[in-house]
Amino acid sequence: MSHEHEETSGRLYGLMAEFEAPQRLLDATRTARGAGYRKMDAYSPFPSEELIEALGAHHSKLPLLVLIGGILGCLGGFGLQWWVNNMAYPLNVGGRPLTSWPAFIPVTFECTILLAGVTCVLGFFALCGLPQPYHPVFNVTRFTAASRDRYFLCIEADDPQFDTQRTRAFLEGLGPAEVSDVEY
Amino acid sequence: MSVIRTGGYDRPGIIERPEVLAPGHTAGSVTDRISEVILQKTPKWFYPAFGVSFMLLMVLVFSMAKLFLEGTGIWGLNVPVAWGFAIINFVWWIGIGHAGTLISAILLLLRQEWRTSINRFAEAMTLFAVACAGIFPLIHVGRPWLAYWLLPYPNTMGMWPQFRSPLIWDVFAVSTYATISLLFWYVGLIPDLASLRDRSEKKIAKILYGMAAMGWRNSARHWHEHEVASLLLAGIATPLVLSVHSVVSFDFAVGIIPGWHATIFPPYFVAGAIFAGFAMVLTLTIPLRALFGLEDFITQRHLQNMGKVMLATGLIVAYGYGVEIFMAWYSGNPYEWYMVTNRITGPYKFHWMALILCNIVAAQLLWIRQVRQSAVALWIVSMFINVGMWLERFIIVVTSLHRDFLPSSWGMYHGTIWDWAIFVGTIGLFLSLLFLFIRFVPMISIFEIRTLLPEARALGAEPARSEDSPR
Repeated sequence: MSHEHEETSGRLYGLMAEFEAPQRLLDATRTARGAGYRKMDAYSPFPSEELIEALGAHHSKLPLLVLIGGILGCLGGFGLQWWVNNMAYPLNVGGRPLTSWPAFIPVTFECTILLAGVTCVLGFFALCGLPQPYHPVFNVTRFTAASRDRYFLCIEADDPQFDTQRTRAFLEGLGPAEVSDVEY
Repeated sequence: MSVIRTGGYDRPGIIERPEVLAPGHTAGSVTDRISEVILQKTPKWFYPAFGVSFMLLMVLVFSMAKLFLEGTGIWGLNVPVAWGFAIINFVWWIGIGHAGTLISAILLLLRQEWRTSINRFAEAMTLFAVACAGIFPLIHVGRPWLAYWLLPYPNTMGMWPQFRSPLIWDVFAVSTYATISLLFWYVGLIPDLASLRDRSEKKIAKILYGMAAMGWRNSARHWHEHEVASLLLAGIATPLVLSVHSVVSFDFAVGIIPGWHATIFPPYFVAGAIFAGFAMVLTLTIPLRALFGLEDFITQRHLQNMGKVMLATGLIVAYGYGVEIFMAWYSGNPYEWYMVTNRITGPYKFHWMALILCNIVAAQLLWIRQVRQSAVALWIVSMFINVGMWLERFIIVVTSLHRDFLPSSWGMYHGTIWDWAIFVGTIGLFLSLLFLFIRFVPMISIFEIRTLLPEARALGAEPARSEDSPR
């Protein structure tokens, strides 16, 4: 996997370093960010707050999406009941008000939850770009270990600082088990 | 199997507790051990176990076919008891589901790390229990092929559902609960499905797990969104689970029948649901962890904690029983008081005594540490509670209805063979789904177990760092 293929750099997605310990990956990510690399991603078998901070990831937009979904669900659920009882199918039950709102609360609540939850899951997929049937990182054979006990740092070729040879040397200096080309 | 904590708790007077994860594990060993359950050859016991469950499922299919052909007359329902096994079983099943959401959502927010290894399993149990529960209201409507009339949709009849009815609230609560539970479960599964995609040797397994994992690549940025999504879903599911059983209790409490019309119903139903659900989790995990040798992940600590939760919720349920009786007396309403005395000394007195024995007396055994530490004793207590919670719903539904306001309408209710066949059949559906689940999907969340490892903790791995276990 790790042949030198500088000639194919037009088809190179990036360079990937494999680490055996999570602390190594964290240190490497911090060093890479310190060296000015921005277009990179770290891969580990479990979530890590420190790793996300080291990558300089922004706050997730998901909570805002979920809030919007919840508000729409709430208004939609109540609006549906109001419209049905006042416009579409008004039923006079012993002269009681058509908008008997306390009885509408359970359905309004459930609609709020439903829309917030569905927005959360769809939003999560959208923000992660899932489902993604193909991604170049999987072309590195060793990469399947990212879901077991190996840790990877991939610096992507479209980073302005990326230079196949210099970046490779940089990654080699971080104490990886291996550095591989990630081809498209 | 007892794994005793070695570090921590050196303060005097504090009893050493078993760990949530046996020592000596690494990210690799955890992954291999849990995925081995799925990737290994099907164990021999699986075929008879699944076979029996599948036969029971066929009983369900057969008795439902009979019901559709002949109508609800094959059941024991009659005036005054027009609600029988269908609602009893519905409430029983949906209550069982609630422990799964409690474990996956509420204990996540409370950062109880012991929930990690039983979380996936309990969530699956929720889904399957809700699937069983959902059958009953649908087949109970008389013309099940028209059950979709319950949904608000524009139709040529120009009719809309009555949104002031608790039965419509039920439709919204249960369908929302089923949807959110499924989504929450699936989001949690994605990283583990990716692990299985990367582990499996067979091409077909690689393709199917790969499609289900949707291209998850363990990217730190994705993990970040995954964490946020999990916490948000937990935050959404927490009020949801409380609302679902409250709405189920409104089916009763909003009616003016003595024995139903009580404000204690929502909290008492929610506590009963968690009580029943933890009993079912224990009933299922105790044999499964022995069969698959998963004692490293589902340790004594989990069993003990579940025993404690059952004890606490059982006491709330007992309090609910007490308040029901007290309020009937204190209200000075003769119908209420008659209902209570009839419930305790009337024709269903043996059902009531069995209920008290199962739900209150048997649960008190959980005060004893030796009971909480013994898997066998816990399993026996949990079986008592499973039966007791079914009896509780039977008592609530039947004893409240069978003595109507007018003595001329009094009657008795017994389930027929078809009532029992459908009930047993749903147990078959539940077990069939459960066996398929443990065969094809990791029943313990692999990535969450990895976060319990020391190397993950060093990196600030989320979720659920528990305050009560210093390291």
